[in-house]
Amino acid sequence: MTHRFRDLLALEPLTADELTFLLDQSKPFQEIQKHSLKKLATLRGKTVALAFFENSTRTRISFGTAASRLGADTMNLQAEASSLKKGESLLDTVHTLNAMKPDCLVMRHAASGAADFVARNLDIPVINAGDGTHEHPSQGLLDALTIRERKGRIDNLNVTILGDIQHSRVARSNIHLLGKFGCRFTLCGPAMWVPRELEQIVPQGTSVRRVFNIEEALEGADVVLVLRVQAERLHEPALSANDYVLLYQLNSERLRRANRDAIVLHPGPMNRGIEISPEVADGPQSCVLEQVTNGIAVRMALLFLLITAHSEYEGTHPAGEAPQPRNRRATDIKDPSHASR
Amino acid sequence: MRIVEKAQLMSAPEIDRTLQRLAHEIVEKSGGTKHLALIGIRRRGVPLAERIAFAMRGIDGVEVPVGTLDITLYRDDLSKVASHAVLQSSDIPFGVDNMDLVLVDDVLYTGRTIRAAMNGLFDLGRPKRVSLCVLIDRGHREMPIEAQFTGRVVQTSNTEIIEVRLREVDSEERVVLVDRMDG
Repeated sequence: MTHRFRDLLALEPLTADELTFLLDQSKPFQEIQKHSLKKLATLRGKTVALAFFENSTRTRISFGTAASRLGADTMNLQAEASSLKKGESLLDTVHTLNAMKPDCLVMRHAASGAADFVARNLDIPVINAGDGTHEHPSQGLLDALTIRERKGRIDNLNVTILGDIQHSRVARSNIHLLGKFGCRFTLCGPAMWVPRELEQIVPQGTSVRRVFNIEEALEGADVVLVLRVQAERLHEPALSANDYVLLYQLNSERLRRANRDAIVLHPGPMNRGIEISPEVADGPQSCVLEQVTNGIAVRMALLFLLITAHSEYEGTHPAGEAPQPRNRRATDIKDPSHASR
Repeated sequence: MRIVEKAQLMSAPEIDRTLQRLAHEIVEKSGGTKHLALIGIRRRGVPLAERIAFAMRGIDGVEVPVGTLDITLYRDDLSKVASHAVLQSSDIPFGVDNMDLVLVDDVLYTGRTIRAAMNGLFDLGRPKRVSLCVLIDRGHREMPIEAQFTGRVVQTSNTEIIEVRLREVDSEERVVLVDRMDG
Protein backbone atom coordinates (compact mmCIF):
# COMPACT_ATOMS: atom_id res chain seq x y z
CA MET A 1 0.00 0.00 0.00
CA THR A 2 1.38 3.39 -0.92
CA HIS A 3 0.17 6.10 1.37
CA ARG A 4 -1.60 9.25 0.26
CA PHE A 5 -1.93 11.29 3.42
CA ARG A 6 -1.37 14.99 3.14
CA ASP A 7 -2.51 16.15 6.57
CA LEU A 8 -3.68 14.38 9.67
CA LEU A 9 -6.62 16.36 10.97
CA ALA A 10 -8.98 13.69 12.26
CA LEU A 11 -9.37 9.92 12.43
CA GLU A 12 -13.06 9.98 11.57
CA PRO A 13 -12.60 10.11 7.75
CA LEU A 14 -9.92 7.37 7.66
CA THR A 15 -10.72 3.80 6.69
CA ALA A 16 -9.78 0.75 8.74
CA ASP A 17 -7.06 -0.03 6.16
CA GLU A 18 -5.57 3.45 6.40
CA LEU A 19 -5.61 3.30 10.19
CA THR A 20 -3.93 -0.11 10.15
CA PHE A 21 -1.32 1.29 7.78
CA LEU A 22 -0.54 4.15 10.19
CA LEU A 23 -0.25 1.72 13.11
CA ASP A 24 2.01 -0.60 11.08
CA GLN A 25 4.24 2.30 10.09
CA SER A 26 4.70 3.16 13.77
CA LYS A 27 6.22 -0.22 14.52
CA PRO A 28 9.74 0.41 13.15
CA PHE A 29 9.84 3.59 15.24
CA GLN A 30 8.89 1.64 18.36
CA GLU A 31 12.03 -0.43 17.82
CA ILE A 32 14.16 2.68 17.53
CA GLN A 33 12.99 3.71 21.02
CA LYS A 34 14.78 0.60 22.30
CA HIS A 35 18.14 1.46 20.70
CA SER A 36 20.81 3.21 22.71
CA LEU A 37 21.26 5.58 19.77
CA LYS A 38 17.76 6.91 19.09
CA LYS A 39 18.53 9.64 16.63
CA LEU A 40 18.09 9.28 12.88
CA ALA A 41 19.10 11.65 10.12
CA THR A 42 16.05 10.89 7.98
CA LEU A 43 14.52 14.38 8.20
CA ARG A 44 17.79 16.29 8.53
CA GLY A 45 17.32 19.85 7.30
CA LYS A 46 13.55 19.75 7.76
CA THR A 47 11.75 21.94 10.28
CA VAL A 48 8.62 21.15 12.24
CA ALA A 49 6.63 24.11 13.58
CA LEU A 50 4.92 23.35 16.88
CA ALA A 51 2.13 25.85 17.43
CA PHE A 52 0.30 25.23 20.69
CA PHE A 53 -2.38 27.87 21.09
CA GLU A 54 -3.64 25.92 24.08
CA ASN A 55 -1.42 24.74 26.92
CA SER A 56 0.20 21.41 26.49
CA THR A 57 3.25 19.85 27.98
CA ARG A 58 3.33 16.19 27.12
CA THR A 59 1.98 16.37 23.58
CA ARG A 60 4.33 19.22 22.71
CA ILE A 61 7.33 17.42 24.19
CA SER A 62 6.31 14.21 22.46
CA PHE A 63 6.06 15.84 19.02
CA GLY A 64 9.28 17.77 19.67
CA THR A 65 11.11 14.59 20.65
CA ALA A 66 9.68 12.74 17.65
CA ALA A 67 10.93 15.49 15.34
CA SER A 68 14.40 15.61 16.86
CA ARG A 69 14.79 11.82 16.80
CA LEU A 70 14.10 11.98 13.07
CA GLY A 71 16.81 14.61 12.72
CA ALA A 72 14.40 17.52 12.12
CA ASP A 73 14.57 20.87 13.88
CA THR A 74 11.61 22.47 15.63
CA MET A 75 10.29 25.98 16.04
CA ASN A 76 8.03 26.54 19.01
CA LEU A 77 5.10 28.82 19.51
CA GLN A 78 3.41 28.75 22.89
CA ALA A 79 0.17 30.30 23.99
CA GLU A 80 1.61 32.51 26.73
CA ALA A 81 4.34 34.00 24.64
CA SER A 82 2.33 34.22 21.48
CA SER A 83 1.19 37.31 19.69
CA LEU A 84 -2.38 35.99 19.91
CA LYS A 85 -2.33 37.71 23.27
CA LYS A 86 -1.55 40.89 21.38
CA GLY A 87 -4.56 40.54 19.13
CA GLU A 88 -3.12 38.84 16.05
CA SER A 89 -5.56 36.57 14.23
CA LEU A 90 -4.96 32.82 14.06
CA LEU A 91 -4.46 32.97 10.32
CA ASP A 92 -1.94 35.82 10.54
CA THR A 93 -0.02 33.90 13.18
CA VAL A 94 0.22 30.70 11.12
CA HIS A 95 1.06 32.63 7.95
CA THR A 96 3.90 34.28 9.85
CA LEU A 97 5.11 30.89 11.05
CA ASN A 98 4.77 29.51 7.54
CA ALA A 99 6.87 32.36 6.18
CA MET A 100 9.74 30.92 8.23
CA LYS A 101 9.44 27.91 5.92
CA PRO A 102 8.71 24.97 8.17
CA ASP A 103 8.01 21.63 6.45
CA CYS A 104 5.11 20.67 8.69
CA LEU A 105 2.85 22.38 11.21
CA VAL A 106 1.72 20.62 14.37
CA MET A 107 -0.99 22.61 16.07
CA ARG A 108 -3.29 22.55 19.05
CA HIS A 109 -6.12 25.00 19.48
CA ALA A 110 -9.07 25.41 21.82
CA ALA A 111 -11.51 25.76 18.91
CA SER A 112 -12.88 22.63 17.26
CA GLY A 113 -12.04 22.71 13.56
CA ALA A 114 -9.09 25.10 13.96
CA ALA A 115 -6.55 22.69 12.45
CA ASP A 116 -8.83 22.00 9.51
CA PHE A 117 -9.26 25.74 8.92
CA VAL A 118 -5.50 26.30 9.00
CA ALA A 119 -4.82 23.32 6.72
CA ARG A 120 -7.10 24.80 4.08
CA ASN A 121 -4.97 27.90 4.05
CA LEU A 122 -1.47 26.42 4.13
CA ASP A 123 0.48 24.43 1.57
CA ILE A 124 2.43 22.40 4.15
CA PRO A 125 1.14 19.32 5.96
CA VAL A 126 -0.79 20.05 9.15
CA ILE A 127 -1.10 17.65 12.07
CA ASN A 128 -3.91 18.26 14.51
CA ALA A 129 -2.54 17.90 18.04
CA GLY A 130 -5.99 18.51 19.53
CA ASP A 131 -8.72 20.92 18.47
CA GLY A 132 -11.31 21.84 21.09
CA THR A 133 -13.63 18.95 21.78
CA HIS A 134 -13.29 17.56 18.25
CA GLU A 135 -10.33 15.18 17.86
CA HIS A 136 -6.82 14.36 19.00
CA PRO A 137 -5.83 11.92 16.27
CA SER A 138 -2.26 11.12 17.35
CA GLN A 139 -3.60 10.20 20.82
CA GLY A 140 -6.20 7.91 19.25
CA LEU A 141 -3.44 6.21 17.25
CA LEU A 142 -1.08 5.78 20.19
CA ASP A 143 -3.91 4.34 22.29
CA ALA A 144 -4.73 1.85 19.53
CA LEU A 145 -1.04 0.94 19.16
CA THR A 146 -0.83 0.33 22.92
CA ILE A 147 -3.97 -1.81 22.86
CA ARG A 148 -2.72 -3.78 19.87
CA GLU A 149 0.57 -4.48 21.61
CA ARG A 150 -0.98 -5.59 24.88
CA LYS A 151 -4.02 -7.45 23.57
CA GLY A 152 -2.61 -8.59 20.23
CA ARG A 153 -5.53 -7.03 18.34
CA ILE A 154 -7.83 -4.02 18.24
CA ASP A 155 -10.92 -5.61 16.78
CA ASN A 156 -14.09 -6.67 18.57
CA LEU A 157 -13.04 -5.49 22.01
CA ASN A 158 -15.29 -4.20 24.78
CA VAL A 159 -14.11 -0.68 25.50
CA THR A 160 -15.33 1.23 28.54
CA ILE A 161 -14.69 4.96 28.63
CA LEU A 162 -14.97 6.71 32.00
CA GLY A 163 -15.35 10.41 32.75
CA ASP A 164 -16.11 13.62 30.90
CA ILE A 165 -16.79 12.16 27.48
CA GLN A 166 -18.75 15.18 26.34
CA HIS A 167 -15.68 17.42 26.30
CA SER A 168 -13.11 14.77 25.39
CA ARG A 169 -11.41 14.85 22.00
CA VAL A 170 -9.42 11.83 23.16
CA ALA A 171 -12.63 9.85 23.60
CA ARG A 172 -13.87 10.91 20.16
CA SER A 173 -10.65 9.94 18.39
CA ASN A 174 -10.65 6.60 20.18
CA ILE A 175 -14.28 5.93 19.29
CA HIS A 176 -13.72 6.88 15.63
CA LEU A 177 -10.70 4.60 15.38
CA LEU A 178 -11.76 1.56 17.40
CA GLY A 179 -15.34 1.79 16.11
CA LYS A 180 -14.06 0.94 12.63
CA PHE A 181 -12.71 -2.34 14.02
CA GLY A 182 -15.97 -3.47 15.54
CA CYS A 183 -15.24 -2.53 19.15
CA ARG A 184 -18.25 -2.08 21.44
CA PHE A 185 -18.32 1.00 23.64
CA THR A 186 -19.68 1.57 27.11
CA LEU A 187 -19.63 5.20 28.14
CA CYS A 188 -19.88 6.02 31.82
CA GLY A 189 -19.77 9.24 33.82
CA PRO A 190 -22.03 11.93 35.24
CA ALA A 191 -25.11 12.06 32.99
CA MET A 192 -24.44 15.53 31.61
CA TRP A 193 -20.95 14.42 30.52
CA VAL A 194 -22.37 11.44 28.65
CA PRO A 195 -25.04 12.96 26.44
CA ARG A 196 -27.20 10.85 24.17
CA GLU A 197 -25.72 12.58 21.08
CA LEU A 198 -22.52 10.59 21.57
CA GLU A 199 -24.40 7.58 20.26
CA GLN A 200 -24.63 9.36 16.92
CA ILE A 201 -20.92 9.97 16.31
CA VAL A 202 -20.01 6.36 15.70
CA PRO A 203 -20.22 4.56 12.36
CA GLN A 204 -23.56 2.84 11.82
CA GLY A 205 -23.82 -0.53 13.42
CA THR A 206 -21.34 0.28 16.22
CA SER A 207 -22.66 -0.61 19.61
CA VAL A 208 -22.61 2.24 22.14
CA ARG A 209 -24.16 1.98 25.59
CA ARG A 210 -24.50 4.76 28.10
CA VAL A 211 -24.28 3.41 31.62
CA PHE A 212 -24.32 5.53 34.75
CA ASN A 213 -23.22 2.95 37.27
CA ILE A 214 -19.48 2.35 37.12
CA GLU A 215 -19.62 -1.27 38.33
CA GLU A 216 -22.08 -2.12 35.60
CA ALA A 217 -20.03 -0.19 33.02
CA LEU A 218 -16.89 -2.20 33.79
CA GLU A 219 -18.55 -5.61 33.52
CA GLY A 220 -16.80 -7.57 30.77
CA ALA A 221 -14.51 -4.73 29.65
CA ASP A 222 -11.31 -5.56 27.73
CA VAL A 223 -10.06 -1.98 27.66
CA VAL A 224 -10.82 0.77 30.18
CA LEU A 225 -10.05 4.29 29.03
CA VAL A 226 -10.04 6.70 31.97
CA LEU A 227 -10.32 10.37 31.05
CA ARG A 228 -8.83 13.19 33.02
CA VAL A 229 -11.29 15.09 35.19
CA GLN A 230 -10.78 18.79 34.81
CA ALA A 231 -11.31 20.29 38.24
CA GLU A 232 -12.65 23.47 36.70
CA ARG A 233 -15.46 21.48 35.08
CA LEU A 234 -16.61 19.54 38.16
CA HIS A 235 -19.14 22.22 38.97
CA GLU A 236 -21.05 21.32 35.78
CA PRO A 237 -22.52 18.10 37.11
CA ALA A 238 -22.46 19.79 40.53
CA LEU A 239 -20.15 17.21 42.03
CA SER A 240 -17.50 17.67 44.66
CA ALA A 241 -14.21 15.90 44.10
CA ASN A 242 -15.20 13.49 46.88
CA ASP A 243 -18.49 12.68 45.19
CA TYR A 244 -16.67 11.99 41.96
CA VAL A 245 -14.28 9.60 43.70
CA LEU A 246 -17.17 7.82 45.35
CA LEU A 247 -19.20 7.46 42.18
CA TYR A 248 -16.74 7.22 39.28
CA GLN A 249 -13.16 6.62 40.40
CA LEU A 250 -11.55 3.56 38.85
CA ASN A 251 -10.14 1.65 41.81
CA SER A 252 -8.86 -1.89 42.02
CA GLU A 253 -12.05 -3.27 43.52
CA ARG A 254 -14.12 -1.89 40.66
CA LEU A 255 -11.57 -2.97 38.07
CA ARG A 256 -12.18 -6.59 39.15
CA ARG A 257 -15.53 -6.32 37.37
CA ALA A 258 -13.69 -6.02 34.08
CA ASN A 259 -12.19 -9.01 32.31
CA ARG A 260 -9.22 -10.45 34.12
CA ASP A 261 -6.80 -9.38 31.37
CA ALA A 262 -8.36 -5.94 30.87
CA ILE A 263 -5.97 -3.05 30.37
CA VAL A 264 -6.27 0.51 31.63
CA LEU A 265 -5.38 3.57 29.55
CA HIS A 266 -5.20 7.20 30.59
CA PRO A 267 -4.16 10.00 28.24
CA GLY A 268 -2.55 11.93 31.10
CA PRO A 269 -1.92 14.00 33.01
CA MET A 270 -3.52 11.85 35.71
CA ASN A 271 -5.27 13.21 38.75
CA ARG A 272 -4.17 10.43 41.03
CA GLY A 273 -6.82 9.74 43.61
CA ILE A 274 -9.57 11.48 41.62
CA GLU A 275 -10.46 9.59 38.43
CA ILE A 276 -7.98 6.77 39.02
CA SER A 277 -6.68 5.26 42.23
CA PRO A 278 -2.91 4.96 42.74
CA GLU A 279 -3.07 1.12 42.88
CA VAL A 280 -4.70 1.01 39.46
CA ALA A 281 -2.44 3.68 37.99
CA ASP A 282 0.65 1.75 39.08
CA GLY A 283 -0.84 -1.73 38.73
CA PRO A 284 0.01 -4.40 36.17
CA GLN A 285 -3.05 -3.59 34.06
CA SER A 286 -2.07 0.04 33.63
CA CYS A 287 -0.49 1.04 30.30
CA VAL A 288 0.01 4.72 30.97
CA LEU A 289 3.77 4.73 30.53
CA GLU A 290 3.65 2.53 27.43
CA GLN A 291 1.22 5.06 26.00
CA VAL A 292 3.82 7.78 26.44
CA THR A 293 6.57 5.72 24.75
CA ASN A 294 4.26 4.67 21.93
CA GLY A 295 3.24 8.30 21.47
CA ILE A 296 6.73 9.16 20.25
CA ALA A 297 6.71 6.24 17.79
CA VAL A 298 3.30 7.23 16.38
CA ARG A 299 4.36 10.86 16.02
CA MET A 300 7.64 9.90 14.35
CA ALA A 301 5.65 7.85 11.84
CA LEU A 302 3.26 10.75 11.16
CA LEU A 303 6.04 13.30 10.69
CA PHE A 304 8.00 10.90 8.49
CA LEU A 305 5.04 10.04 6.27
CA LEU A 306 3.68 13.56 5.85
CA ILE A 307 6.99 15.36 5.41
CA THR A 308 8.48 12.88 2.92
CA ALA A 309 5.23 12.82 0.93
CA HIS A 310 5.16 16.61 0.88
CA SER A 311 8.79 16.90 -0.29
CA GLU A 312 8.00 14.55 -3.13
CA TYR A 313 4.94 16.60 -4.03
CA GLU A 314 6.96 19.83 -3.97
CA GLY A 315 9.67 18.19 -6.04
CA THR A 316 7.20 17.77 -8.87
CA HIS A 317 6.69 21.55 -9.08
CA PRO A 318 9.66 23.64 -10.16
CA ALA A 319 10.48 26.65 -7.99
CA GLY A 320 8.24 29.58 -8.73
CA GLU A 321 5.42 27.31 -9.72
CA ALA A 322 4.54 26.23 -6.22
CA PRO A 323 1.07 24.73 -6.12
CA GLN A 324 -1.68 26.97 -4.82
CA PRO A 325 -3.10 25.89 -1.52
CA ARG A 326 -6.06 23.78 -2.44
CA ASN A 327 -9.38 23.70 -0.79
CA ARG A 328 -8.97 20.57 1.26
CA ARG A 329 -11.24 18.39 3.22
CA ALA A 330 -10.35 17.10 6.64
CA THR A 331 -7.50 14.65 6.19
CA ASP A 332 -7.45 15.17 2.49
CA ILE A 333 -5.89 12.48 0.44
CA LYS A 334 -3.82 13.12 -2.63
CA ASP A 335 -4.96 11.97 -5.99
CA PRO A 336 -3.90 8.33 -6.00
CA SER A 337 -2.73 8.51 -9.60
CA HIS A 338 -0.19 11.08 -8.50
CA ALA A 339 1.20 8.98 -5.69
CA SER A 340 1.57 5.68 -7.47
CA ARG A 341 4.04 4.91 -10.13
CA MET B 1 8.51 2.28 -22.99
CA ARG B 2 8.64 -1.49 -23.15
CA ILE B 3 10.43 -3.83 -20.81
CA VAL B 4 12.16 -6.60 -22.73
CA GLU B 5 13.82 -9.63 -21.27
CA LYS B 6 17.27 -9.91 -22.86
CA ALA B 7 18.85 -12.87 -21.15
CA GLN B 8 18.62 -15.26 -18.28
CA LEU B 9 21.69 -14.83 -16.09
CA MET B 10 21.06 -17.60 -13.59
CA SER B 11 18.69 -20.53 -13.32
CA ALA B 12 17.32 -21.80 -10.02
CA PRO B 13 20.04 -24.50 -9.65
CA GLU B 14 22.71 -21.92 -10.49
CA ILE B 15 21.40 -19.59 -7.80
CA ASP B 16 21.52 -22.48 -5.38
CA ARG B 17 25.10 -23.48 -6.30
CA THR B 18 26.23 -19.85 -6.10
CA LEU B 19 24.80 -19.47 -2.60
CA GLN B 20 26.53 -22.69 -1.53
CA ARG B 21 29.84 -21.36 -2.79
CA LEU B 22 29.28 -17.97 -1.11
CA ALA B 23 28.53 -19.76 2.18
CA HIS B 24 31.84 -21.65 1.93
CA GLU B 25 33.76 -18.50 1.05
CA ILE B 26 32.33 -16.56 3.98
CA VAL B 27 33.12 -19.34 6.47
CA GLU B 28 36.63 -19.79 5.05
CA LYS B 29 37.55 -16.10 4.96
CA SER B 30 36.04 -15.24 8.32
CA GLY B 31 38.55 -17.35 10.24
CA GLY B 32 36.07 -18.66 12.80
CA THR B 33 32.35 -18.27 12.95
CA LYS B 34 32.04 -17.42 16.63
CA HIS B 35 31.17 -13.76 16.05
CA LEU B 36 29.79 -14.17 12.54
CA ALA B 37 26.28 -12.98 11.68
CA LEU B 38 24.41 -12.31 8.46
CA ILE B 39 22.24 -9.26 7.88
CA GLY B 40 19.80 -9.49 4.97
CA ILE B 41 18.79 -6.17 3.42
CA ARG B 42 15.08 -5.96 2.71
CA ARG B 43 13.70 -7.19 0.62
CA ARG B 44 15.47 -9.88 -1.42
CA GLY B 45 18.58 -9.84 0.72
CA VAL B 46 16.54 -11.45 3.49
CA PRO B 47 15.78 -14.83 1.86
CA LEU B 48 19.32 -14.88 0.44
CA ALA B 49 20.83 -14.41 3.92
CA GLU B 50 18.59 -17.14 5.30
CA ARG B 51 19.64 -19.55 2.55
CA ILE B 52 23.32 -18.81 3.07
CA ALA B 53 22.88 -19.42 6.80
CA PHE B 54 21.14 -22.70 5.98
CA ALA B 55 24.01 -23.69 3.70
CA MET B 56 26.52 -22.89 6.47
CA ARG B 57 24.73 -25.30 8.77
CA GLY B 58 25.62 -28.00 6.25
CA ILE B 59 29.29 -27.06 6.21
CA ASP B 60 30.21 -28.07 9.74
CA GLY B 61 27.04 -27.50 11.66
CA VAL B 62 27.79 -23.81 11.93
CA GLU B 63 24.80 -21.88 13.37
CA VAL B 64 25.02 -18.31 12.21
CA PRO B 65 22.41 -15.79 13.40
CA VAL B 66 20.51 -13.88 10.73
CA GLY B 67 19.06 -10.39 11.08
CA THR B 68 17.07 -8.27 8.66
CA LEU B 69 17.54 -4.59 7.96
CA ASP B 70 15.12 -2.10 6.41
CA ILE B 71 17.06 0.85 5.02
CA THR B 72 14.14 3.17 4.23
CA LEU B 73 14.92 5.61 7.03
CA TYR B 74 18.53 5.88 5.88
CA ARG B 75 17.96 6.50 2.18
CA ASP B 76 19.39 9.62 0.57
CA ASP B 77 16.58 9.91 -1.99
CA LEU B 78 13.51 9.83 0.24
CA SER B 79 11.97 12.92 -1.29
CA LYS B 80 11.95 11.18 -4.67
CA VAL B 81 10.46 7.91 -3.55
CA ALA B 82 8.22 8.93 -0.68
CA SER B 83 5.12 7.21 -1.93
CA HIS B 84 7.09 3.98 -2.09
CA ALA B 85 8.63 4.57 1.28
CA VAL B 86 6.65 2.01 3.18
CA LEU B 87 8.60 1.15 6.28
CA GLN B 88 9.25 -2.40 7.29
CA SER B 89 10.65 -3.44 10.61
CA SER B 90 14.29 -4.23 11.02
CA ASP B 91 14.80 -7.33 13.09
CA ILE B 92 18.27 -7.88 14.44
CA PRO B 93 17.83 -10.18 17.43
CA PHE B 94 21.45 -9.95 18.60
CA GLY B 95 23.83 -7.20 19.68
CA VAL B 96 26.09 -6.01 16.85
CA ASP B 97 28.94 -4.81 19.08
CA ASN B 98 32.18 -6.63 18.19
CA MET B 99 30.38 -8.83 15.67
CA ASP B 100 31.70 -9.89 12.29
CA LEU B 101 28.74 -8.88 10.14
CA VAL B 102 28.09 -9.81 6.54
CA LEU B 103 25.52 -7.66 4.75
CA VAL B 104 23.62 -9.66 2.14
CA ASP B 105 21.79 -8.15 -0.83
CA ASP B 106 20.70 -9.33 -4.25
CA VAL B 107 22.26 -6.76 -6.59
CA LEU B 108 25.14 -4.32 -6.03
CA TYR B 109 24.70 -1.28 -8.28
CA THR B 110 25.40 2.33 -7.20
CA GLY B 111 26.38 1.35 -3.65
CA ARG B 112 23.87 3.76 -2.12
CA THR B 113 21.79 1.00 -0.55
CA ILE B 114 24.90 -0.35 1.16
CA ARG B 115 25.85 3.13 2.38
CA ALA B 116 22.36 3.42 3.91
CA ALA B 117 22.58 -0.07 5.42
CA MET B 118 25.90 0.74 7.10
CA ASN B 119 24.42 3.89 8.63
CA GLY B 120 21.57 1.76 9.95
CA LEU B 121 23.97 -0.81 11.39
CA PHE B 122 26.11 1.75 13.14
CA ASP B 123 23.03 3.16 14.87
CA LEU B 124 22.79 -0.23 16.58
CA GLY B 125 26.34 -0.41 17.84
CA ARG B 126 29.93 -0.91 16.78
CA PRO B 127 30.53 -4.08 14.80
CA LYS B 128 34.10 -5.37 14.62
CA ARG B 129 33.94 -5.82 10.89
CA VAL B 130 31.32 -5.38 8.17
CA SER B 131 31.64 -7.09 4.82
CA LEU B 132 29.32 -7.37 1.87
CA CYS B 133 27.96 -10.36 -0.01
CA VAL B 134 25.88 -9.94 -3.17
CA LEU B 135 24.44 -12.35 -5.68
CA ILE B 136 25.12 -10.03 -8.65
CA ASP B 137 27.53 -7.12 -9.05
CA ARG B 138 26.43 -5.06 -12.05
CA GLY B 139 28.92 -2.17 -11.79
CA HIS B 140 28.14 1.58 -12.10
CA ARG B 141 29.22 2.42 -8.57
CA GLU B 142 28.61 5.91 -7.19
CA MET B 143 30.19 5.21 -3.79
CA PRO B 144 33.55 3.72 -2.76
CA ILE B 145 31.93 0.40 -1.90
CA GLU B 146 32.89 -3.10 -3.06
CA ALA B 147 31.62 -6.57 -2.24
CA GLN B 148 33.94 -9.07 -0.54
CA PHE B 149 31.77 -12.01 -1.65
CA THR B 150 30.24 -11.87 -5.12
CA GLY B 151 28.08 -14.44 -6.88
CA ARG B 152 28.65 -13.13 -10.37
CA VAL B 153 29.89 -9.94 -12.00
CA VAL B 154 27.75 -8.81 -14.93
CA GLN B 155 28.54 -6.01 -17.36
CA THR B 156 25.43 -3.88 -17.84
CA SER B 157 24.36 -0.63 -19.46
CA ASN B 158 22.53 2.02 -17.48
CA THR B 159 19.17 1.30 -19.04
CA GLU B 160 19.31 -2.38 -18.20
CA ILE B 161 17.77 -3.80 -15.07
CA ILE B 162 18.72 -6.96 -13.27
CA GLU B 163 15.79 -8.75 -11.75
CA VAL B 164 16.51 -11.31 -9.10
CA ARG B 165 13.38 -13.37 -8.66
CA LEU B 166 13.26 -15.60 -5.62
CA ARG B 167 10.63 -18.15 -4.72
CA GLU B 168 10.11 -16.62 -1.25
CA VAL B 169 9.10 -13.28 -2.80
CA ASP B 170 8.23 -13.89 -6.45
CA SER B 171 6.40 -16.63 -8.24
CA GLU B 172 9.58 -18.00 -9.83
CA GLU B 173 13.29 -18.45 -9.20
CA ARG B 174 15.87 -17.08 -11.64
CA VAL B 175 17.95 -14.02 -12.44
CA VAL B 176 17.16 -12.13 -15.66
CA LEU B 177 18.57 -9.15 -17.49
CA VAL B 178 15.85 -6.87 -18.85
CA ASP B 179 16.08 -3.65 -20.83
CA ARG B 180 13.89 -0.61 -21.27
CA MET B 181 13.24 -0.07 -24.97
CA ASP B 182 11.68 3.01 -26.50
CA GLY B 183 8.56 2.53 -28.58
